[in-house]
Amino acid sequence: MEFKFTQENLDKIKDILKKYPTKKAAVMPVLYLGQEQNSWISKEVMVEVATVLEITEEEVFGVVTFYTMFYEKPVGQKHFQVCTNVSCMLKGGYDIYNQVKEKLGLENWGVSEDKRFSLEEVECMGSCGTAPMIAVNEDYYENITQEKVNEIIESLKSKN
Amino acid sequence: MEKIVLPDIENLHKLEVYKKNGGYSSIKKALSQSADDIIEQVKKSGLRGRGGAAFLAGLKWSFMPKTTDKPKYLCVNGDESEPGSFKDRQVLEFNPHQLIEGTLITCYAIGAKVAYVYIRGEYHKWIKLFQTALDEAYASGFIGEKMKDTFKTDFSCEVYIHKGAGAYICGEESSLMNSIEGHRGYPRVKPPFPAQNGLWGCPTTINNVETIANVPKIIEKGWEWYSKIGEPKHPGTILFGVSGHINKPGVYELPTGTLLTDIIYKYAGGVPGDKKILCVIPGGSSMPPLRGDKLEGIKMDTESLKEAGSAIGTGGVIVMDEDTDLVKVLARISKFYYHESCGQCTPCREGTSWLVRILNRILDGNGSSHDLDMLIDVATNIEGNTICALGEAAAWPVRFMITRFRDYFEQRVSKEITLPVKNKVHSMRNTAFPLADIKD
Repeated sequence: MEFKFTQENLDKIKDILKKYPTKKAAVMPVLYLGQEQNSWISKEVMVEVATVLEITEEEVFGVVTFYTMFYEKPVGQKHFQVCTNVSCMLKGGYDIYNQVKEKLGLENWGVSEDKRFSLEEVECMGSCGTAPMIAVNEDYYENITQEKVNEIIESLKSKN
Repeated sequence: MEKIVLPDIENLHKLEVYKKNGGYSSIKKALSQSADDIIEQVKKSGLRGRGGAAFLAGLKWSFMPKTTDKPKYLCVNGDESEPGSFKDRQVLEFNPHQLIEGTLITCYAIGAKVAYVYIRGEYHKWIKLFQTALDEAYASGFIGEKMKDTFKTDFSCEVYIHKGAGAYICGEESSLMNSIEGHRGYPRVKPPFPAQNGLWGCPTTINNVETIANVPKIIEKGWEWYSKIGEPKHPGTILFGVSGHINKPGVYELPTGTLLTDIIYKYAGGVPGDKKILCVIPGGSSMPPLRGDKLEGIKMDTESLKEAGSAIGTGGVIVMDEDTDLVKVLARISKFYYHESCGQCTPCREGTSWLVRILNRILDGNGSSHDLDMLIDVATNIEGNTICALGEAAAWPVRFMITRFRDYFEQRVSKEITLPVKNKVHSMRNTAFPLADIKD
């Protein structure tokens, strides 16, 4: 599938470039824009980023594969991230993870057939004092309980 | 006790409230003095880095070359990814302007024209909050070209946010710089140190968010005032993040040298169900764990914790009660470092995966005493043999947890090695050997 940045994003890229002395340095923020527009980083997005920043495709590929937050495969519209690291684990993080897994019927990095939901077991999200936690896309849900997980999933499922 | 970084003032994140409480007066005061004076004051204050290594901030600044034809940079490290650490987000949310002011003062002191605040990618909310504060400060002429008019000075600097993308290793200073430059977040070999060869080969200083947030108060109230708070060798307050099995988890700003038991019982309300403490990690998951029965008298500062056999790290206190499965905890910690190893150095890349596999074997009930020795052996071979400190971060919890809780771990393993096949050489292999299923 072809990918080209929208004019709006091209303008944003111009602003981003002002922050750095080299074009290459803008690769992460520009990749974020690409991911926002395309919902994941396809090969075409990487090629477009490389073209816009005048760097090699390999350099972009190297960056994409290094960072976990650049999705190399499509994720669902609602991407569930459940932390199971120490502090969350001590407060039942794995119970929450298994519950979300079961409720959504997904494995780690799985995407539902209707592409609405996906699941990721994440490393520490910096919510240790409000553990356990889950995040859906950019939103944190902290001090979570099994009931709250049910509520969140039900309310997201009922929305179209 | 007066709080320095997170005072109890409502709506302090708003510029007008911050200004009403003396905000942006320290930068004014700083600009009326020479840059060397500022560095000298911070040096004398004894302010140490809050990102883990507790290095003297003023000394770090003084490494920046005085004369250079290259631009200089400041990086403010808000990558905060250490499990058990969640303090920087509090600063970004509740006192962002003090961080901005600290950034400006630091830039002036080291002669930087540009500062990058590196915030971890998962902190979408906090990035937005901090951006709002930055926009406010820009609009009021406290940052950028307008500074010159506002403060009647020749100095000006820009502050930008750089958003991370989910890599723990980018909290390591040289990796953070590679990340800003648009590379994979691989740590660099030191020397050269960042003060000589940092961002784009230019002199660079990297400081933690909390460290920088302390600076305005040191300038405002003087280094003598600051140096008298807490322990003389590690003065000031620390944002202790208490998590795990604790009644009131959260961030507590307390003077250095506060008793660990006071933090747990007096401030954070003790352990739920009055259970005994089995283990405490005092400074984020990479620091050596302490035995729950040996917590008496341990003070929370660099020197005292070193004596107790651990380190202050990021001040993330993780409390585990007597019912905790330590093998599970250690396996989870090791899995984290295995996941986050950048893969540059063989001892770390391979060693972390061995640690996880051995610990999972013990967790499955197939471990032996020999495995415990092997864990220590692998950990010891990672330590000191890697470019950056992630090697130590992965090795310390394993080495110290097993040494300090040997009795506990011995109970979870059998004394003898049970061989899945009769051929000893094959059975020692962890991978499924093709002939393993053949019965004799």
